[in-house]
Order: sequence, then structure tokens, then C-alpha cells
Amino acid sequence: MSESDSGLWLGIDTSTSVTAALARPGHVLASRAVTATNVHVEQLMPLVSEVMAASGHVLADLAGIVVGIGPGPFTGLRVGIVTAQTLAYVLDVPVRGVCSLDIVALTFAATHPSRGFTVISDARRKELYWATYEPSGKRLDGPNVTLPCDVPTGLIVGPAADLYELAGERVVVALDPGAIAVAPTRLADLGTEPLYLRRPDAQVSTSIKTVLTGRPS
Amino acid sequence: MTAPLVLGIESSCDETGVGLVRGTELLANQVASSVDLHARFGGVVPEVASRAHLEAMLPTLERACEDAGVDLSEVDAIAVTAGPGLVSALVVGVATAKALAVALNKPLYGVNHLIGHVAVDVLDHGPLPSPAIALLVSGGHSSLLRVDNIATSVRELGSTIDDAAGEAYDKVARLLGLPYPGGPVIDKAAQVGNPRAIAFPRGLTATKDLAKHRFDFSFSGLKTAVARWVETRRRDGEDFSVNDVAASFQEAVCDVLTAKAIAACEAEGIDDLLIGGGVAANFRLRSLLEERATAAGIRLRRPRPGLCTDNGAMIAVVGGAAMVAGVRPSSLDIGVDSGLPVSTIVV
Ligand SMILES: [Zn+2]
Repeated sequence: MSESDSGLWLGIDTSTSVTAALARPGHVLASRAVTATNVHVEQLMPLVSEVMAASGHVLADLAGIVVGIGPGPFTGLRVGIVTAQTLAYVLDVPVRGVCSLDIVALTFAATHPSRGFTVISDARRKELYWATYEPSGKRLDGPNVTLPCDVPTGLIVGPAADLYELAGERVVVALDPGAIAVAPTRLADLGTEPLYLRRPDAQVSTSIKTVLTGRPS
Repeated sequence: MTAPLVLGIESSCDETGVGLVRGTELLANQVASSVDLHARFGGVVPEVASRAHLEAMLPTLERACEDAGVDLSEVDAIAVTAGPGLVSALVVGVATAKALAVALNKPLYGVNHLIGHVAVDVLDHGPLPSPAIALLVSGGHSSLLRVDNIATSVRELGSTIDDAAGEAYDKVARLLGLPYPGGPVIDKAAQVGNPRAIAFPRGLTATKDLAKHRFDFSFSGLKTAVARWVETRRRDGEDFSVNDVAASFQEAVCDVLTAKAIAACEAEGIDDLLIGGGVAANFRLRSLLEERATAAGIRLRRPRPGLCTDNGAMIAVVGGAAMVAGVRPSSLDIGVDSGLPVSTIVV
């Protein structure tokens, strides 16, 4: 066990629902989720306060924070990341960023250790975020964003596993940040820049619409 | 009793701002702008702005504390822009503010960005007169307000029915081949142009319009008139002076803004006029307002241009005023509101 694996860790992920969990090594003390969409900024801090209160702890007790950095819808994702960064800054504790699909993989591999699998999540616009994993939960390929038809066939896992008609076996598995709070150094620290995978939608303006053809006013 | 020390966070558009204010004293005002990233798009791209906010937020917070020589533990309250603005940009500031409020165990005030523009002048010229009329002009807003109390009572007398003044500046600049943002470049070109060269229309100033839109603005027709004038000259291969077009356009904008602001003062029987918002940094608007306010016997309050654009200090001022007025802090589950009405000062 590494040094940073001791003490209380807060886990946050906002790549899908709003989720928060508090754990000490080997034991998840509280884990909560709000599944309504687009309530990330409203619900995340109340949820963090709730997991602290539920286990009789205060933020000052934290040894560190681990946060999912996506991929996921950008607006919600940024809420989780900036919250984690700010808490870590004020409390003067480390913040670790991990791939959100890896969190699901961690949970799934713990109970299904014999088969490789693909974790997917909803990327909206008829696309999916996905990554493939070894039976141990180690990531092989991804994260990627593609059309559902380009997701590898086989065992499909994740909160959005039943979203599209995909070939193969599908298992709906919720993303539980307890899985990272309980073992904060288990996944590689990727920093706190979101895994956007897509460039911003923006069009360089080139031409100006003429008004001369319009009716004079 | 000393005034509360308030930290203000702003992220409604393309500036990431963190300010520290104690009463009327400005301790720090750090702003990181993503304006250059938007230039080639000719306007603010929400996702580009939001990504920049996330990157800039903590470094800006850190710099503000350093600047003020303040430790976060000394802060008495956290204020943040809750709207109006771009949702994906606003949430970065609000999430940061909530985390600060909880981690520091201090009250949170989600405040109205527009009120910040009106309130910021306390940092330059002390407590605001009340009641006062406020002319608020920026890239996204053009309104006339009656301010009875900056923390509890603001009423909108009128606003733009189409484009904001700042938007018209951006569009005309683009038409003239000038860079984005249009405000400063048109202001500069206009200073060497003839404001009476071309008689562009003054929106909503005709008698029939005044009945219904006495204190409202319209800049869409003006923008189209400028486009038609310029395109006609270009089509016919006639030379024209860009500076004259800029000056004549700007004169039309400033003429209407100032005339209606003075009229609002007179109609409400109020002798104090405040101005705020990015366009309030405009040279011609400031001088024309001064001229007309003086002639009408109205006292004019103009914040320095550097405080007119979006910043965190103006948000801190509103939070501080709310705290002193005994306004209830915001709850921890507040969201953001892209269309927050100006009458809602604290959410
Ligand atoms: Zn503004």
C-alpha cells in the first residue's frame, strides 16, 4: 500500500450522473448518486456534504480527492473537475484524475474476473464513448468516441450498456466513485484536464451575408 | 465594524475573473481572458470559453489572493455570477464558488452579473447614490435601470428589443473589415472620423415608437442601415472613409443611449446617473454622456474603463452589499440561469 492510499479519500465523478463517495482503505463509508441529468452544478456540492455527514466526517479530515475526468458531456464533467480542484486547493491535499470508464471497469472486473470487456457511456449525438479492457480491468484501447456500430462486439458494460442495440452480451453497471475512493492510487493519475475527445463546435466566420438583396426597410 | 471581505468569481462569458473586495476597497482584481481564442470566429464560442474557464480558474484565484496578500481563511463570503450568461461557462464559476464556500465554511451569494456592472463604481467613487438611474451597455445587454438599492431593489425601465449595443459594434466592425471585438476598434477609428458624415437612423426615437418603447433600444435596424450603405458604395466602386462610417455609426449608438438615459433621469425625477458594462468604456459614450448630463444638471458616475469589462471584483461588490443589507445567502443547490432577470439580484 502506498502512502497516499491511507486516510480518507473523496471520490467524485460527473461524467454521467452526479456521484460522490467517501472511503478509507478497504472500506467505502458512503456513496451517493443523483441520476437526473443536467443537475451537476446544483447537486454535486450538496452530495459531497451528504457523504461527509453520513459518515460523520468533515472535509478537513480528507487525505485526498480523486475525480473522474471523463470522457463525458463537457459541462457536467467540468463541474466535477473544478470542484475537486478547488476542494483540494483549499484543503491542501492531493487531487488525482482518472478515466471515468476505468472506474466502471474497476467495479466490473472485481466481480467478473474471467473475461475481457468493453465499457461504454453515452456521448450523445448518437455516439458512444468506449474503451476495451483485459479481464483484470486494465485498459487496452481507448477511450474513443464513435458511432455505436464501431464499438467492438462482445461483452459490453457500463451505465449506458442498454442504450443502443449492440451485438453481444450487455451488462448495465453504474459508475460508483466508491471504487476509486477506496483505492485512490489503483488507477493512474492522468491529471485534471478533461478527456474531451472532441474539438469544440465552432465555425470560422468567412463570409458576411449581404443585405442588398433584402427588402429595403 | 469593518466591511466584510468578499471574494467574487465571474465566468459568464469569456473572462475568468476573481476579485477581492472589502466594502469600497479593491484589494485584487485578476482577469484571464479568452478573447483572442474567439477572434477568428467573430464572436464568443461557448465551448471554447468554458474550456478556458476551467483552465484559468484556480490560477486566477491564486493570483488574486497573492495580489491582495489575503489568505482564503480570512474571506468572509464568496460571491459568484449565477447569471445571466452562457450556461456552460457560468457553471465553472458557480461550482468553484460552492466548493470554496463549503471548504471555508462561509456564506455563498449567487448574484446577478448585470448588477455587478452597475455596482462596480463603488470601488472608484464610493457608495452609490440612491435612487439612481443606471445605463447598462455591454456585448450582451443594453438596459436602463432604476436602482433604489443595489442589494435589494433594481427595476428595469427598458432594454434592447433586438441586438445589444456591443453586438452591433461587433457586426459593424466585421462589415468594415475590422477585427473582433468591435468596440475598441470602432471607438478608435471613430476618433479620427466625422460623426456627421452619414446620417444613420436612431432606433426607437420616432414619436410613434416612443409611446411604446420610451426607454427601450433597438440596434438591429442601424446595423442593417450601415451594411446597406457600405455595400452600396462597394458595389458601385465608390471610395469611402471607414473612419467616417465608424464615427457616424458610433454617433447614432451613443446619441440614442445618452438621450434615453437622460430622459429616464428626468422622467423618474432622479439626478444621479450610473453607467456600466463593457461599452461604458467607450470614449465617445463617456464624453457625450458627460456633456448631456452636465447640461441637464445630472450627476454622472463613470467607473474607470478597466472596471467596465467583466471582472470578479464587481461580483464581490454585489455580494458584500447583499451581506451588509442582510440578504439571505444562497442555498448550496443553486443552479445557473442564462436569462436571469435584472430584478433578481441574489438567487
Ligand atoms: Zn458583462
